[in-house]
Amino acid sequence: MQEMMKKRAMELLADGTVTRVIGWRRGEFSYDISPAVFEDAAQIERDFVWDAFCGANVSKYLIRESAKGRVLAFLKPCDAFSMNQLLAEHRVKRENVYLIGIPCAGKADIDRIKARGIDGVTGIEEDGEAFVVHTIYGDERVGRADVLAERCLVCKSKRHPVYDELLGEEGEDLPDDARFAGVEKLEAMTAEERFAFWRGELSKCIRCNACRNVCPACTCENCVFDNPDSGISQKAAADPFEENMYHIIRAFHVAGRCTDCGECSRVCPEHIPLHLLNRKFIKDIDELYGTYRAGEDDETKNPLTSFTEGDAEPAVVRKRGRA
Amino acid sequence: MLFLKSADLERFLAAASETRTVYVPVDVEPKKSAYRKWTPGTAVSKGLKTTRSAKDFFFPQTEDLVGFRIENKKIQILDPRGEEEDFAVFGVRACDARSFGILDKVFLSEPVDTYYENRRAHGLILTMTCRRPAETCFCTAFGIDPASPGGDVAFTETADGWYVEAVTERGRDFLAPLGDLFEDRDGSGAEAAKEETRAIMKRLPLADLQTDAFGGGKTKEFFDRPEWASLSEACIGCGTCTFVCPTCQCYDIRDYDTGHGVKRFRCWDSCMYSDFTKMAGGNPRLTQKERFRQRFMHKLVYFPENNGGEFGCVGCGRCLASCPIHMNIVKVMKTLSEGQDES
Repeated sequence: MQEMMKKRAMELLADGTVTRVIGWRRGEFSYDISPAVFEDAAQIERDFVWDAFCGANVSKYLIRESAKGRVLAFLKPCDAFSMNQLLAEHRVKRENVYLIGIPCAGKADIDRIKARGIDGVTGIEEDGEAFVVHTIYGDERVGRADVLAERCLVCKSKRHPVYDELLGEEGEDLPDDARFAGVEKLEAMTAEERFAFWRGELSKCIRCNACRNVCPACTCENCVFDNPDSGISQKAAADPFEENMYHIIRAFHVAGRCTDCGECSRVCPEHIPLHLLNRKFIKDIDELYGTYRAGEDDETKNPLTSFTEGDAEPAVVRKRGRA
Repeated sequence: MLFLKSADLERFLAAASETRTVYVPVDVEPKKSAYRKWTPGTAVSKGLKTTRSAKDFFFPQTEDLVGFRIENKKIQILDPRGEEEDFAVFGVRACDARSFGILDKVFLSEPVDTYYENRRAHGLILTMTCRRPAETCFCTAFGIDPASPGGDVAFTETADGWYVEAVTERGRDFLAPLGDLFEDRDGSGAEAAKEETRAIMKRLPLADLQTDAFGGGKTKEFFDRPEWASLSEACIGCGTCTFVCPTCQCYDIRDYDTGHGVKRFRCWDSCMYSDFTKMAGGNPRLTQKERFRQRFMHKLVYFPENNGGEFGCVGCGRCLASCPIHMNIVKVMKTLSEGQDES
């Protein structure tokens, strides 16, 4: 697949369809791959990589890149949902992006590999359903399923809701049962238990803002938490409660627009399961307003910003919310 | 040479806790550790590094500097500082131990930062050698020997315990009353363990990282390099690298309106943030490229220029492990020095 992608990128650069290509650049130890913009065939030949560690969602970069000129982006199915949501919000210039959908078998989470006690990594190779991790302390073999990112273990879809062309076989939506198991566990807790859970998790926050900055739904030009005139601007929280507020407000703001791409949890240096906040909103919206999937198309209105006669009344929300 | 058997660690920490609060690295998840106050039964992490660095003990993320209480037309000035208690940090690696020296150069030079100074005066550093360095480690590039970690007391780890040596006077005073916790052993085991660590360092993927290209007086050489544009292009402008970094020391001072007064606090700032160095007259760093460049120029050029050649990085590798897009000082150093060879 990597070679097909490189070839296609070079062709589209050569025929002038695009002037730049957004993809992933190889790192020092196999797993430390950075999103990158490529401008010529030589750069692509040398540095372009596509493998199990290309987890970063490149959609958000297209806000900036599409303003500069024609750009090619390779999108995994989950990136394509983010992309579509950005298009629906008019944040990306559609005419300036050429989208190639690429299949994804799930991305490996290096932290899960390291949690197995593996370090000193010098390289990682895929070998069927396993990874062979070369380390200075010897080789280790780990099963793919054991080190896939959480978001990939509960992957919502292998289908691309938007693309100009596809490489490889198009996939299908996957059943959602496992995706909401974590939310159901939280719902089953008492309010006190749930409060303790979130205070425990959110107290780890170092306010690096990585979750916000990576989030394809967080595209405000100036975030309320960065604006000194907002009165709630925080470079660091004055007390631990503020960190809770930051995450809760952010979750509310992306509710109905979050496609559950899982980038927030991927980038959190403290491993706070932020996706659980977003999934709770997704689950509630599905239950209260009927199944809705952000990023499915760029026309359907988000149920939280549109009104229909059949909408759940506040009393119903409260009743169903308690269930 | 003093030797502490693995089985006696609990006794040692209990004895140390009698005279001060002792903080130890604790596993909060598999292979992910954080410093916690030691209490009987606390299991000390065997991991290499805590996610956050040990700088938090001396330079916490937020700290009250002064308070003002306003009543009618009177303003009362309140000093929030209490009596600092003695504390010890156990299991500090060589990289973090060196970072204190770097922070000292910032906070203990005139005008002395008394908040920092106060904590430094009460903190005892118990360091530990690294038995299993990670691929992200490159402390040796900055002249750090992970087998001689420094601090006040250095622990050299072996399979069945630690050789223990006082490094400073304060360390000697701390160890003096604890004599019966230790065995007396011939020091050859310590030397063998140190050599093992040094041998591993030579095999790490970043063992050959060179710092020669960088240092004081090179501002003009690096400031306008075209590579900054591509290096910074994927940066999402979060503060992860700066907040896990043991040497990043920039802070902001803010006022919090309490309704009947003001609490003036400082909090870590990050050069990666869009409002970093925002002043009444505007912001000299308008795009992420300038902010990104600031971080690396500070560590590799400006800091050594102002501090006798010492770099502002200790090679702990935390930014390599935590950056959401895997851009880091190693990639910056390699890219800039490669470009130099070509020119």
